[in-house]
Amino acid sequence: MNGSGLILGIETSCDETAAAVVARGVDIRSSVVSSQVDLHARFGGVVPEIASRAHVELLTPVVAEALVESGAEGPEMQAVAATVGPGLVGSLLVGVAGAKALALVWGLPFVGVNHLEAHLVSSFVEDPTLELPVVALLVSGGHTMLVAVEDVGRYRLLGSTLDDAAGEAFDKVARYLGLGYPGGPAIDRLAIAGDPAAIPFPRALLDQGYDFSFSGLKTAVVTYVRQHPDAATEDVAASFQQAVVDVLVAKARRAAREVGATSIALGGGVAANSALREAVLDACTADGLAAFLPSRAMCTDNAAMVAAAAWWRLEHDGPTPLDAGVEPNLRLPVV
Amino acid sequence: MGAGEGARVLILGIETATPQVGCAIGGHEGVLASFHAARGRRHAETLAPAIDFIRRQARVELDEIGAVVADVGPGLFTGLRVGVVTAKALAMALRVPVIGVSSLDLLAFPVRWTHRRIVSVVDARRGEVFYGFYRQVPGGVQRLSEQRLGDPEALCSEILATGEECLAVGDGALRYAEQLQELIRVEVGEAGLAYPSAGSLVQLAHARALREEFINPWELAPVYLRKADAEINWSTREQAPPQPGPVV
Ligand SMILES: [Zn+2]
Repeated sequence: MNGSGLILGIETSCDETAAAVVARGVDIRSSVVSSQVDLHARFGGVVPEIASRAHVELLTPVVAEALVESGAEGPEMQAVAATVGPGLVGSLLVGVAGAKALALVWGLPFVGVNHLEAHLVSSFVEDPTLELPVVALLVSGGHTMLVAVEDVGRYRLLGSTLDDAAGEAFDKVARYLGLGYPGGPAIDRLAIAGDPAAIPFPRALLDQGYDFSFSGLKTAVVTYVRQHPDAATEDVAASFQQAVVDVLVAKARRAAREVGATSIALGGGVAANSALREAVLDACTADGLAAFLPSRAMCTDNAAMVAAAAWWRLEHDGPTPLDAGVEPNLRLPVV
Repeated sequence: MGAGEGARVLILGIETATPQVGCAIGGHEGVLASFHAARGRRHAETLAPAIDFIRRQARVELDEIGAVVADVGPGLFTGLRVGVVTAKALAMALRVPVIGVSSLDLLAFPVRWTHRRIVSVVDARRGEVFYGFYRQVPGGVQRLSEQRLGDPEALCSEILATGEECLAVGDGALRYAEQLQELIRVEVGEAGLAYPSAGSLVQLAHARALREEFINPWELAPVYLRKADAEINWSTREQAPPQPGPVV
Protein backbone atom coordinates (compact mmCIF):
# COMPACT_ATOMS: atom_id res chain seq x y z
CA MET A 1 0.00 0.00 0.00
CA ASN A 2 1.32 3.45 -0.87
CA GLY A 3 1.32 6.21 1.68
CA SER A 4 -0.43 8.97 -0.24
CA GLY A 5 -3.30 9.05 2.25
CA LEU A 6 -5.60 9.87 -0.68
CA ILE A 7 -9.04 8.31 -0.78
CA LEU A 8 -11.50 8.55 -3.65
CA GLY A 9 -14.99 8.72 -2.16
CA ILE A 10 -18.25 8.09 -4.02
CA GLU A 11 -21.72 9.04 -2.78
CA THR A 12 -24.96 7.97 -4.53
CA SER A 13 -27.33 7.20 -1.67
CA CYS A 14 -30.11 9.52 -2.80
CA ASP A 15 -30.31 12.08 -5.60
CA GLU A 16 -26.81 13.54 -5.62
CA THR A 17 -24.08 11.87 -7.66
CA ALA A 18 -20.85 12.85 -5.95
CA ALA A 19 -17.14 12.01 -5.97
CA ALA A 20 -14.26 13.52 -4.02
CA VAL A 21 -10.59 13.05 -3.29
CA VAL A 22 -9.57 13.68 0.33
CA ALA A 23 -6.12 13.28 1.88
CA ARG A 24 -5.84 11.68 5.34
CA GLY A 25 -9.49 12.30 6.15
CA VAL A 26 -9.13 16.08 6.41
CA ASP A 27 -7.61 17.64 3.33
CA ILE A 28 -10.18 18.00 0.55
CA ARG A 29 -8.39 17.91 -2.81
CA SER A 30 -11.60 17.92 -4.85
CA SER A 31 -15.32 17.51 -4.26
CA VAL A 32 -17.75 17.26 -7.17
CA VAL A 33 -21.51 17.05 -6.66
CA SER A 34 -23.98 16.67 -9.50
CA SER A 35 -27.48 17.29 -8.20
CA GLN A 36 -30.46 15.69 -9.88
CA VAL A 37 -32.87 18.08 -8.19
CA ASP A 38 -34.23 19.34 -11.52
CA LEU A 39 -35.06 15.80 -12.64
CA HIS A 40 -37.20 15.18 -9.56
CA ALA A 41 -38.71 18.66 -9.04
CA ARG A 42 -41.83 18.07 -11.17
CA PHE A 43 -42.66 14.97 -9.14
CA GLY A 44 -42.38 16.85 -5.83
CA GLY A 45 -39.86 14.38 -4.41
CA VAL A 46 -37.10 11.96 -5.28
CA VAL A 47 -38.27 9.21 -7.64
CA PRO A 48 -36.01 6.19 -6.96
CA GLU A 49 -36.04 4.76 -10.50
CA ILE A 50 -35.22 8.14 -12.05
CA ALA A 51 -32.45 8.65 -9.47
CA SER A 52 -30.89 5.24 -10.26
CA ARG A 53 -30.94 5.92 -13.99
CA ALA A 54 -29.30 9.31 -13.55
CA HIS A 55 -26.56 7.87 -11.31
CA VAL A 56 -25.56 5.40 -14.06
CA GLU A 57 -25.20 8.29 -16.50
CA LEU A 58 -23.42 10.67 -14.14
CA LEU A 59 -21.12 8.47 -12.07
CA THR A 60 -18.12 8.11 -14.40
CA PRO A 61 -18.04 11.77 -15.52
CA VAL A 62 -18.30 12.93 -11.90
CA VAL A 63 -15.48 10.59 -10.82
CA ALA A 64 -13.34 11.71 -13.77
CA GLU A 65 -13.89 15.36 -12.82
CA ALA A 66 -13.03 14.73 -9.16
CA LEU A 67 -9.78 13.04 -10.21
CA VAL A 68 -8.82 15.81 -12.63
CA GLU A 69 -9.55 18.52 -10.06
CA SER A 70 -7.51 16.70 -7.41
CA GLY A 71 -4.50 16.61 -9.70
CA ALA A 72 -3.94 12.96 -8.76
CA GLU A 73 -4.27 9.80 -10.85
CA GLY A 74 -6.45 6.86 -9.84
CA PRO A 75 -3.57 4.52 -8.96
CA GLU A 76 -2.20 7.14 -6.56
CA MET A 77 -5.21 6.60 -4.30
CA GLN A 78 -4.87 4.50 -1.19
CA ALA A 79 -8.47 3.24 -1.32
CA VAL A 80 -11.76 3.69 -3.13
CA ALA A 81 -14.80 4.23 -0.92
CA ALA A 82 -18.54 4.37 -1.49
CA THR A 83 -21.65 4.83 0.64
CA VAL A 84 -23.23 1.42 1.28
CA GLY A 85 -26.24 2.73 3.23
CA PRO A 86 -28.59 3.93 4.41
CA GLY A 87 -30.28 5.12 1.24
CA LEU A 88 -32.20 4.09 -1.86
CA VAL A 89 -31.14 0.58 -2.80
CA GLY A 90 -30.97 1.17 -6.57
CA SER A 91 -28.95 4.35 -6.12
CA LEU A 92 -26.54 2.81 -3.61
CA LEU A 93 -25.88 -0.13 -5.95
CA VAL A 94 -24.63 2.16 -8.73
CA GLY A 95 -22.03 3.87 -6.55
CA VAL A 96 -20.87 0.66 -4.90
CA ALA A 97 -20.54 -1.22 -8.22
CA GLY A 98 -18.59 1.68 -9.72
CA ALA A 99 -16.28 1.96 -6.70
CA LYS A 100 -15.53 -1.77 -6.68
CA ALA A 101 -14.67 -1.70 -10.39
CA LEU A 102 -12.22 1.19 -9.87
CA ALA A 103 -10.67 -0.56 -6.86
CA LEU A 104 -10.19 -3.70 -8.97
CA VAL A 105 -8.41 -1.92 -11.79
CA TRP A 106 -6.17 0.14 -9.54
CA GLY A 107 -5.46 -2.78 -7.19
CA LEU A 108 -6.78 -0.83 -4.19
CA PRO A 109 -8.87 -1.76 -1.15
CA PHE A 110 -12.59 -0.93 -1.24
CA VAL A 111 -14.17 0.74 1.79
CA GLY A 112 -17.93 0.69 2.39
CA VAL A 113 -19.09 3.79 4.26
CA ASN A 114 -22.11 4.45 6.47
CA HIS A 115 -23.76 7.63 5.17
CA LEU A 116 -24.76 8.76 8.68
CA GLU A 117 -21.25 8.36 10.01
CA ALA A 118 -20.01 10.32 7.00
CA HIS A 119 -22.30 13.23 7.95
CA LEU A 120 -20.96 13.13 11.53
CA VAL A 121 -17.35 12.94 10.40
CA SER A 122 -17.89 15.90 8.06
CA SER A 123 -17.57 18.26 11.05
CA PHE A 124 -13.99 17.13 11.59
CA VAL A 125 -13.08 17.62 7.95
CA GLU A 126 -13.73 21.33 8.13
CA ASP A 127 -12.49 21.73 11.70
CA PRO A 128 -10.00 19.08 12.85
CA THR A 129 -9.56 20.98 16.13
CA LEU A 130 -13.17 20.32 17.17
CA GLU A 131 -13.15 19.38 20.86
CA LEU A 132 -14.84 16.19 22.02
CA PRO A 133 -17.40 15.23 23.04
CA VAL A 134 -19.60 16.98 20.52
CA VAL A 135 -23.36 16.89 20.33
CA ALA A 136 -24.22 16.51 16.67
CA LEU A 137 -27.62 17.44 15.30
CA LEU A 138 -28.06 15.60 12.01
CA VAL A 139 -31.07 16.93 10.11
CA SER A 140 -31.95 16.16 6.50
CA GLY A 141 -34.78 15.00 4.28
CA GLY A 142 -34.17 11.42 5.39
CA HIS A 143 -32.89 11.75 8.94
CA THR A 144 -33.30 13.67 12.17
CA MET A 145 -31.04 12.54 14.97
CA LEU A 146 -29.19 13.83 17.96
CA VAL A 147 -25.87 12.06 18.55
CA ALA A 148 -23.20 12.37 21.21
CA VAL A 149 -19.90 12.00 19.36
CA GLU A 150 -17.36 10.82 21.93
CA ASP A 151 -14.73 10.09 19.30
CA VAL A 152 -14.62 9.17 15.63
CA GLY A 153 -16.31 5.78 15.66
CA ARG A 154 -17.78 6.23 19.16
CA TYR A 155 -21.33 7.46 18.83
CA ARG A 156 -24.20 7.52 21.30
CA LEU A 157 -27.60 7.96 19.70
CA LEU A 158 -29.56 10.24 22.02
CA GLY A 159 -32.73 10.55 20.00
CA SER A 160 -34.26 10.48 16.54
CA THR A 161 -37.53 11.28 14.83
CA LEU A 162 -40.56 9.16 15.60
CA ASP A 163 -42.23 10.01 12.29
CA ASP A 164 -41.21 12.55 9.61
CA ALA A 165 -37.64 13.73 9.20
CA ALA A 166 -37.21 17.49 9.64
CA GLY A 167 -36.41 17.99 5.95
CA GLU A 168 -39.41 15.89 5.02
CA ALA A 169 -41.63 18.24 7.06
CA PHE A 170 -40.16 21.19 5.15
CA ASP A 171 -40.86 19.46 1.82
CA LYS A 172 -44.42 18.52 2.75
CA VAL A 173 -45.33 21.96 4.10
CA ALA A 174 -43.70 23.68 1.10
CA ARG A 175 -45.66 21.46 -1.22
CA TYR A 176 -48.90 22.24 0.59
CA LEU A 177 -48.14 25.96 0.40
CA GLY A 178 -47.38 25.61 -3.31
CA LEU A 179 -43.74 26.60 -2.91
CA GLY A 180 -42.32 23.76 -5.01
CA TYR A 181 -39.53 21.29 -4.40
CA PRO A 182 -37.15 21.14 -2.58
CA GLY A 183 -39.04 22.75 0.28
CA GLY A 184 -36.23 23.72 2.65
CA PRO A 185 -34.66 26.55 0.65
CA ALA A 186 -38.11 27.78 -0.49
CA ILE A 187 -39.41 28.11 3.07
CA ASP A 188 -36.13 29.60 4.26
CA ARG A 189 -36.35 32.34 1.59
CA LEU A 190 -40.01 33.12 2.19
CA ALA A 191 -39.70 33.11 6.00
CA ILE A 192 -37.33 36.08 5.91
CA ALA A 193 -40.29 38.31 5.05
CA GLY A 194 -42.62 36.67 7.60
CA ASP A 195 -43.25 36.92 11.35
CA PRO A 196 -42.02 33.78 13.15
CA ALA A 197 -44.26 34.58 16.13
CA ALA A 198 -47.42 35.15 14.06
CA ILE A 199 -48.87 31.67 14.54
CA PRO A 200 -48.26 29.54 17.66
CA PHE A 201 -47.69 26.17 15.97
CA PRO A 202 -47.13 23.21 18.35
CA ARG A 203 -43.63 22.25 19.53
CA ALA A 204 -44.03 18.52 19.99
CA LEU A 205 -42.02 16.79 22.77
CA LEU A 206 -40.20 20.08 23.46
CA ASP A 207 -39.25 19.20 27.04
CA GLN A 208 -39.44 15.42 26.81
CA GLY A 209 -36.41 13.30 26.00
CA TYR A 210 -34.45 13.60 22.78
CA ASP A 211 -36.84 12.11 20.24
CA PHE A 212 -38.56 14.31 17.68
CA SER A 213 -42.00 14.32 16.06
CA PHE A 214 -42.90 16.55 13.13
CA SER A 215 -46.02 14.99 11.62
CA GLY A 216 -48.34 16.81 14.07
CA LEU A 217 -46.74 20.12 13.11
CA LYS A 218 -47.34 19.46 9.43
CA THR A 219 -51.01 18.67 10.17
CA ALA A 220 -51.29 21.83 12.27
CA VAL A 221 -50.03 23.92 9.35
CA VAL A 222 -52.57 22.36 6.98
CA THR A 223 -55.41 22.87 9.48
CA TYR A 224 -54.41 26.48 10.13
CA VAL A 225 -54.25 27.38 6.45
CA ARG A 226 -57.66 25.78 5.83
CA GLN A 227 -59.17 27.80 8.67
CA HIS A 228 -57.33 31.01 7.76
CA PRO A 229 -57.21 31.10 3.97
CA ASP A 230 -56.16 34.75 4.08
CA ALA A 231 -53.13 34.17 6.31
CA ALA A 232 -49.93 35.53 4.79
CA THR A 233 -47.87 32.64 3.40
CA GLU A 234 -44.73 34.38 4.66
CA ASP A 235 -46.06 34.26 8.22
CA VAL A 236 -47.08 30.61 7.91
CA ALA A 237 -43.64 29.70 6.55
CA ALA A 238 -41.79 31.72 9.21
CA SER A 239 -43.91 30.36 12.08
CA PHE A 240 -43.59 26.77 10.87
CA GLN A 241 -39.84 27.12 10.48
CA GLN A 242 -39.54 28.65 13.94
CA ALA A 243 -41.43 25.73 15.50
CA VAL A 244 -39.02 23.24 13.91
CA VAL A 245 -35.97 25.27 14.89
CA ASP A 246 -37.14 25.76 18.50
CA VAL A 247 -37.51 22.02 19.06
CA LEU A 248 -34.21 21.13 17.37
CA VAL A 249 -32.20 23.73 19.24
CA ALA A 250 -33.84 23.17 22.65
CA LYS A 251 -32.99 19.47 22.53
CA ALA A 252 -29.46 19.97 21.24
CA ARG A 253 -28.82 22.45 24.06
CA ARG A 254 -30.20 20.17 26.73
CA ALA A 255 -28.19 17.27 25.30
CA ALA A 256 -24.97 19.28 25.32
CA ARG A 257 -25.52 20.14 28.98
CA GLU A 258 -26.27 16.54 29.95
CA VAL A 259 -23.40 15.01 27.96
CA GLY A 260 -20.92 17.67 29.04
CA ALA A 261 -20.21 18.57 25.44
CA THR A 262 -18.11 21.58 24.59
CA SER A 263 -19.75 22.18 21.24
CA ILE A 264 -22.77 21.57 19.06
CA ALA A 265 -22.22 20.52 15.45
CA LEU A 266 -24.81 20.68 12.70
CA GLY A 267 -25.02 18.30 9.76
CA GLY A 268 -27.40 17.26 6.96
CA GLY A 269 -29.25 19.30 4.35
CA VAL A 270 -31.46 21.15 6.86
CA ALA A 271 -28.27 22.45 8.50
CA ALA A 272 -28.14 24.89 5.59
CA ASN A 273 -31.32 26.57 6.93
CA SER A 274 -30.43 30.12 7.95
CA ALA A 275 -32.84 30.34 10.91
CA LEU A 276 -31.47 27.08 12.34
CA ARG A 277 -27.88 28.23 11.95
CA GLU A 278 -28.61 31.52 13.64
CA ALA A 279 -30.49 29.86 16.52
CA VAL A 280 -27.68 27.34 17.14
CA LEU A 281 -25.14 30.13 17.12
CA ASP A 282 -27.18 32.18 19.63
CA ALA A 283 -27.74 29.18 21.89
CA CYS A 284 -24.06 28.28 21.88
CA THR A 285 -23.04 31.84 22.69
CA ALA A 286 -25.51 31.92 25.59
CA ASP A 287 -24.32 28.55 26.96
CA GLY A 288 -20.60 29.09 26.42
CA LEU A 289 -20.36 26.36 23.79
CA ALA A 290 -18.57 26.30 20.46
CA ALA A 291 -20.92 26.08 17.48
CA PHE A 292 -19.81 24.14 14.48
CA LEU A 293 -21.75 25.12 11.39
CA PRO A 294 -20.37 23.36 8.32
CA SER A 295 -20.40 25.10 4.97
CA ARG A 296 -23.47 24.57 2.86
CA ALA A 297 -21.52 22.26 0.55
CA MET A 298 -20.55 20.08 3.49
CA CYS A 299 -24.11 19.98 4.97
CA THR A 300 -25.79 18.55 1.92
CA ASP A 301 -24.82 15.13 0.59
CA ASN A 302 -21.29 15.07 -0.79
CA ALA A 303 -18.49 12.59 -1.29
CA ALA A 304 -15.77 14.42 0.67
CA MET A 305 -17.45 13.29 3.88
CA VAL A 306 -17.53 9.74 2.49
CA ALA A 307 -13.80 9.79 1.71
CA ALA A 308 -13.12 11.26 5.16
CA ALA A 309 -15.17 8.62 6.98
CA ALA A 310 -13.48 5.94 4.87
CA TRP A 311 -10.09 7.09 6.09
CA TRP A 312 -11.11 6.45 9.72
CA ARG A 313 -12.83 3.17 8.90
CA LEU A 314 -9.83 1.92 6.95
CA GLU A 315 -7.58 2.66 9.93
CA HIS A 316 -9.90 1.03 12.46
CA ASP A 317 -11.48 -1.89 10.56
CA GLY A 318 -9.42 -2.34 7.39
CA PRO A 319 -10.98 -2.71 3.94
CA THR A 320 -14.48 -3.97 3.16
CA PRO A 321 -14.64 -7.31 1.28
CA LEU A 322 -15.30 -6.98 -2.43
CA ASP A 323 -18.38 -9.21 -2.11
CA ALA A 324 -20.12 -6.90 0.38
CA GLY A 325 -23.57 -5.67 -0.62
CA VAL A 326 -25.48 -2.47 0.02
CA GLU A 327 -27.55 -1.91 3.17
CA PRO A 328 -30.52 0.41 2.49
CA ASN A 329 -31.56 0.37 6.18
CA LEU A 330 -28.10 0.66 7.72
CA ARG A 331 -28.07 2.32 11.13
CA LEU A 332 -25.44 4.37 12.87
CA PRO A 333 -22.94 2.12 14.68
CA VAL A 334 -23.50 3.06 18.32
CA VAL A 335 -21.54 2.18 21.45
CA MET B 1 -6.16 1.06 -31.60
CA GLY B 2 -5.01 -0.08 -35.06
CA ALA B 3 -6.72 -2.86 -37.00
CA GLY B 4 -3.68 -5.14 -36.74
CA GLU B 5 -3.61 -4.75 -32.99
CA GLY B 6 -7.38 -5.25 -32.88
CA ALA B 7 -6.98 -8.85 -34.02
CA ARG B 8 -5.33 -9.70 -30.72
CA VAL B 9 -7.53 -7.63 -28.46
CA LEU B 10 -8.48 -9.23 -25.14
CA ILE B 11 -12.04 -8.59 -24.12
CA LEU B 12 -13.74 -8.59 -20.73
CA GLY B 13 -17.47 -9.33 -20.91
CA ILE B 14 -20.08 -8.46 -18.28
CA GLU B 15 -23.55 -10.00 -18.31
CA THR B 16 -26.12 -8.93 -15.70
CA ALA B 17 -29.37 -8.38 -17.62
CA THR B 18 -31.26 -11.28 -16.02
CA PRO B 19 -31.22 -12.92 -12.56
CA GLN B 20 -27.92 -14.46 -13.71
CA VAL B 21 -24.54 -12.79 -13.10
CA GLY B 22 -21.90 -13.61 -15.68
CA CYS B 23 -18.48 -12.50 -16.85
CA ALA B 24 -15.88 -13.83 -19.26
CA ILE B 25 -12.47 -13.02 -20.71
CA GLY B 26 -11.59 -13.95 -24.25
CA GLY B 27 -10.34 -12.91 -27.64
CA HIS B 28 -8.97 -14.46 -30.81
CA GLU B 29 -8.34 -17.74 -28.95
CA GLY B 30 -11.99 -17.91 -27.91
CA VAL B 31 -13.20 -17.76 -24.33
CA LEU B 32 -10.32 -18.09 -21.85
CA ALA B 33 -12.37 -18.07 -18.64
CA SER B 34 -15.96 -17.50 -17.68
CA PHE B 35 -18.22 -17.41 -14.65
CA HIS B 36 -22.00 -17.69 -14.33
CA ALA B 37 -24.24 -17.84 -11.27
CA ALA B 38 -28.00 -17.80 -11.64
CA ARG B 39 -28.88 -18.12 -7.98
CA GLY B 40 -27.55 -16.89 -4.67
CA ARG B 41 -26.05 -13.52 -3.96
CA ARG B 42 -26.99 -10.46 -5.96
CA HIS B 43 -25.20 -8.86 -8.89
CA ALA B 44 -23.37 -6.10 -7.00
CA GLU B 45 -22.00 -8.62 -4.49
CA THR B 46 -20.90 -11.25 -7.00
CA LEU B 47 -19.69 -9.37 -10.04
CA ALA B 48 -16.45 -7.71 -8.90
CA PRO B 49 -15.09 -10.84 -7.09
CA ALA B 50 -16.08 -12.95 -10.13
CA ILE B 51 -14.15 -10.68 -12.52
CA ASP B 52 -11.12 -10.91 -10.24
CA PHE B 53 -11.52 -14.71 -10.11
CA ILE B 54 -11.69 -15.30 -13.87
CA ARG B 55 -8.79 -13.00 -14.64
CA ARG B 56 -6.64 -14.87 -12.10
CA GLN B 57 -7.71 -18.24 -13.52
CA ALA B 58 -6.90 -17.08 -17.05
CA ARG B 59 -3.66 -15.46 -15.82
CA VAL B 60 -4.62 -12.13 -17.29
CA GLU B 61 -3.76 -8.78 -15.75
CA LEU B 62 -6.60 -6.30 -16.05
CA ASP B 63 -4.34 -3.85 -17.89
CA GLU B 64 -4.04 -6.39 -20.72
CA ILE B 65 -7.76 -5.93 -21.42
CA GLY B 66 -8.28 -3.98 -24.64
CA ALA B 67 -12.04 -3.51 -24.53
CA VAL B 68 -14.91 -4.02 -22.13
CA VAL B 69 -18.24 -5.33 -23.37
CA ALA B 70 -21.52 -5.29 -21.46
CA ASP B 71 -24.93 -6.78 -22.05
CA VAL B 72 -26.97 -3.56 -22.10
CA GLY B 73 -30.37 -5.27 -21.94
CA PRO B 74 -33.27 -5.12 -22.22
CA GLY B 75 -33.58 -6.86 -18.88
CA LEU B 76 -34.04 -6.38 -15.16
CA PHE B 77 -33.13 -2.80 -14.34
CA THR B 78 -31.21 -3.21 -11.11
CA GLY B 79 -28.88 -5.94 -12.36
CA LEU B 80 -28.45 -4.18 -15.67
CA ARG B 81 -27.30 -1.01 -13.94
CA VAL B 82 -24.74 -2.89 -11.86
CA GLY B 83 -23.25 -4.43 -15.00
CA VAL B 84 -23.31 -1.26 -17.08
CA VAL B 85 -21.81 0.98 -14.40
CA THR B 86 -19.14 -1.66 -13.68
CA ALA B 87 -18.25 -1.76 -17.39
CA LYS B 88 -18.14 2.03 -17.60
CA ALA B 89 -15.92 2.35 -14.51
CA LEU B 90 -13.58 -0.46 -15.60
CA ALA B 91 -13.23 1.04 -19.08
CA MET B 92 -12.63 4.51 -17.68
CA ALA B 93 -9.92 3.31 -15.30
CA LEU B 94 -8.31 1.08 -17.95
CA ARG B 95 -8.66 3.80 -20.60
CA VAL B 96 -10.15 1.34 -23.09
CA PRO B 97 -13.27 1.57 -25.26
CA VAL B 98 -16.51 -0.31 -24.67
CA ILE B 99 -19.04 -2.26 -26.69
CA GLY B 100 -22.71 -2.72 -25.80
CA VAL B 101 -24.56 -5.86 -26.89
CA SER B 102 -28.30 -6.55 -26.67
CA SER B 103 -29.46 -9.31 -24.32
CA LEU B 104 -31.83 -10.53 -27.04
CA ASP B 105 -29.00 -10.75 -29.60
CA LEU B 106 -27.04 -12.75 -27.02
CA LEU B 107 -29.85 -15.24 -26.47
CA ALA B 108 -30.23 -15.87 -30.20
CA PHE B 109 -26.50 -16.28 -30.88
CA PRO B 110 -25.95 -19.81 -29.41
CA VAL B 111 -28.90 -21.24 -31.41
CA ARG B 112 -27.81 -19.59 -34.69
CA TRP B 113 -27.60 -22.91 -36.58
CA THR B 114 -31.34 -23.45 -36.59
CA HIS B 115 -33.15 -22.71 -39.83
CA ARG B 116 -36.24 -21.74 -37.90
CA ARG B 117 -36.97 -18.18 -36.99
CA ILE B 118 -35.52 -17.44 -33.55
CA VAL B 119 -37.40 -15.37 -31.00
CA SER B 120 -35.48 -14.24 -27.91
CA VAL B 121 -37.70 -13.61 -24.91
CA VAL B 122 -36.53 -12.03 -21.63
CA ASP B 123 -38.87 -12.02 -18.64
CA ALA B 124 -39.64 -8.35 -17.85
CA ARG B 125 -41.78 -9.22 -14.76
CA ARG B 126 -45.21 -7.64 -14.19
CA GLY B 127 -46.69 -9.99 -16.81
CA GLU B 128 -44.56 -8.62 -19.64
CA VAL B 129 -41.64 -9.78 -21.78
CA PHE B 130 -38.90 -8.16 -23.83
CA TYR B 131 -38.60 -9.87 -27.20
CA GLY B 132 -37.05 -9.74 -30.64
CA PHE B 133 -37.01 -11.92 -33.81
CA TYR B 134 -33.87 -13.25 -35.52
CA ARG B 135 -32.76 -15.39 -38.41
CA GLN B 136 -29.53 -17.18 -39.15
CA VAL B 137 -26.99 -15.42 -41.36
CA PRO B 138 -23.42 -16.55 -42.11
CA GLY B 139 -21.40 -16.25 -38.90
CA GLY B 140 -24.22 -15.12 -36.66
CA VAL B 141 -27.78 -13.89 -36.43
CA GLN B 142 -29.65 -10.92 -37.81
CA ARG B 143 -32.30 -9.05 -35.88
CA LEU B 144 -35.51 -8.85 -37.92
CA SER B 145 -37.56 -6.57 -35.70
CA GLU B 146 -37.31 -3.82 -33.13
CA GLN B 147 -36.71 -4.98 -29.56
CA ARG B 148 -40.12 -4.79 -27.93
CA LEU B 149 -41.82 -4.84 -24.55
CA GLY B 150 -45.26 -6.46 -24.45
CA ASP B 151 -47.45 -9.05 -22.79
CA PRO B 152 -47.25 -12.74 -23.81
CA GLU B 153 -50.42 -12.36 -25.89
CA ALA B 154 -48.79 -9.69 -28.04
CA LEU B 155 -45.76 -11.94 -28.46
CA CYS B 156 -47.96 -14.88 -29.48
CA SER B 157 -49.80 -12.89 -32.10
CA GLU B 158 -46.51 -11.65 -33.56
CA ILE B 159 -45.24 -15.21 -33.74
CA LEU B 160 -48.44 -16.27 -35.51
CA ALA B 161 -48.09 -13.38 -37.93
CA THR B 162 -44.67 -14.63 -39.06
CA GLY B 163 -46.29 -17.80 -40.38
CA GLU B 164 -42.98 -19.57 -39.79
CA GLU B 165 -41.66 -22.24 -37.49
CA CYS B 166 -40.12 -20.55 -34.45
CA LEU B 167 -37.64 -21.45 -31.74
CA ALA B 168 -38.26 -19.40 -28.59
CA VAL B 169 -35.34 -18.99 -26.14
CA GLY B 170 -34.79 -17.12 -22.89
CA ASP B 171 -36.26 -17.07 -19.39
CA GLY B 172 -39.34 -15.30 -20.72
CA ALA B 173 -39.96 -18.14 -23.16
CA LEU B 174 -39.68 -20.67 -20.33
CA ARG B 175 -41.97 -18.70 -18.07
CA TYR B 176 -44.68 -18.53 -20.71
CA ALA B 177 -43.82 -21.91 -22.32
CA GLU B 178 -47.38 -23.21 -21.99
CA GLN B 179 -48.86 -20.27 -23.85
CA LEU B 180 -46.18 -20.37 -26.52
CA GLN B 181 -46.46 -24.11 -27.09
CA GLU B 182 -50.17 -23.82 -27.69
CA LEU B 183 -49.12 -22.19 -30.95
CA ILE B 184 -48.25 -24.94 -33.39
CA ARG B 185 -44.81 -24.62 -34.98
CA VAL B 186 -43.27 -23.10 -31.85
CA GLU B 187 -40.66 -24.91 -29.84
CA VAL B 188 -39.34 -23.53 -26.56
CA GLY B 189 -35.60 -23.80 -25.93
CA GLU B 190 -34.35 -25.74 -22.91
CA ALA B 191 -33.44 -24.23 -19.55
CA GLY B 192 -29.75 -24.20 -20.53
CA LEU B 193 -30.58 -21.43 -23.00
CA ALA B 194 -32.57 -19.38 -20.49
CA TYR B 195 -29.93 -16.76 -19.80
CA PRO B 196 -27.48 -14.85 -22.02
CA SER B 197 -23.98 -16.33 -21.96
CA ALA B 198 -20.98 -14.19 -21.05
CA GLY B 199 -18.96 -16.41 -23.39
CA SER B 200 -21.23 -15.50 -26.31
CA LEU B 201 -20.93 -11.88 -25.27
CA VAL B 202 -17.14 -11.99 -25.61
CA GLN B 203 -17.37 -13.85 -28.94
CA LEU B 204 -19.84 -11.36 -30.40
CA ALA B 205 -17.82 -8.42 -29.10
CA HIS B 206 -14.58 -9.80 -30.51
CA ALA B 207 -16.02 -9.71 -34.00
CA ARG B 208 -17.11 -6.12 -33.42
CA ALA B 209 -13.76 -5.18 -31.92
CA LEU B 210 -12.06 -6.38 -35.11
CA ARG B 211 -14.32 -4.00 -37.01
CA GLU B 212 -13.50 -1.35 -34.37
CA GLU B 213 -17.16 -0.83 -33.56
CA PHE B 214 -16.42 0.77 -30.23
CA ILE B 215 -18.10 3.48 -28.25
CA ASN B 216 -16.74 5.65 -25.43
CA PRO B 217 -17.42 4.52 -21.85
CA TRP B 218 -19.72 7.49 -21.15
CA GLU B 219 -21.93 6.54 -24.10
CA LEU B 220 -22.73 3.08 -22.71
CA ALA B 221 -26.28 3.04 -21.33
CA PRO B 222 -28.84 0.41 -20.38
CA VAL B 223 -31.70 -0.24 -22.80
CA TYR B 224 -34.74 0.11 -20.54
CA LEU B 225 -37.69 0.01 -23.01
CA ARG B 226 -39.88 0.93 -20.05
CA LYS B 227 -40.22 4.37 -18.51
CA ALA B 228 -39.95 4.93 -14.79
CA ASP B 229 -43.39 4.56 -13.16
CA ALA B 230 -43.54 8.18 -12.09
CA GLU B 231 -43.00 9.29 -15.70
CA ILE B 232 -45.75 6.97 -16.93
CA ASN B 233 -48.08 8.44 -14.32
CA TRP B 234 -46.93 11.92 -15.17
CA SER B 235 -47.88 11.55 -18.81
CA THR B 236 -51.29 10.06 -18.05
CA ARG B 237 -52.27 12.22 -15.11
CA GLU B 238 -51.85 15.85 -14.33
CA GLN B 239 -49.71 15.41 -11.27
CA ALA B 240 -48.18 12.27 -9.90
CA PRO B 241 -47.05 11.68 -6.33
CA PRO B 242 -43.53 10.36 -5.92
CA GLN B 243 -43.57 6.58 -5.72
CA PRO B 244 -41.10 3.76 -5.82
CA GLY B 245 -39.81 2.60 -9.17
CA PRO B 246 -40.53 -0.80 -10.66
CA VAL B 247 -39.36 -3.75 -8.60
CA VAL B 248 -36.92 -5.26 -11.06
ZN1 LIG C 1 -27.35 12.75 3.82
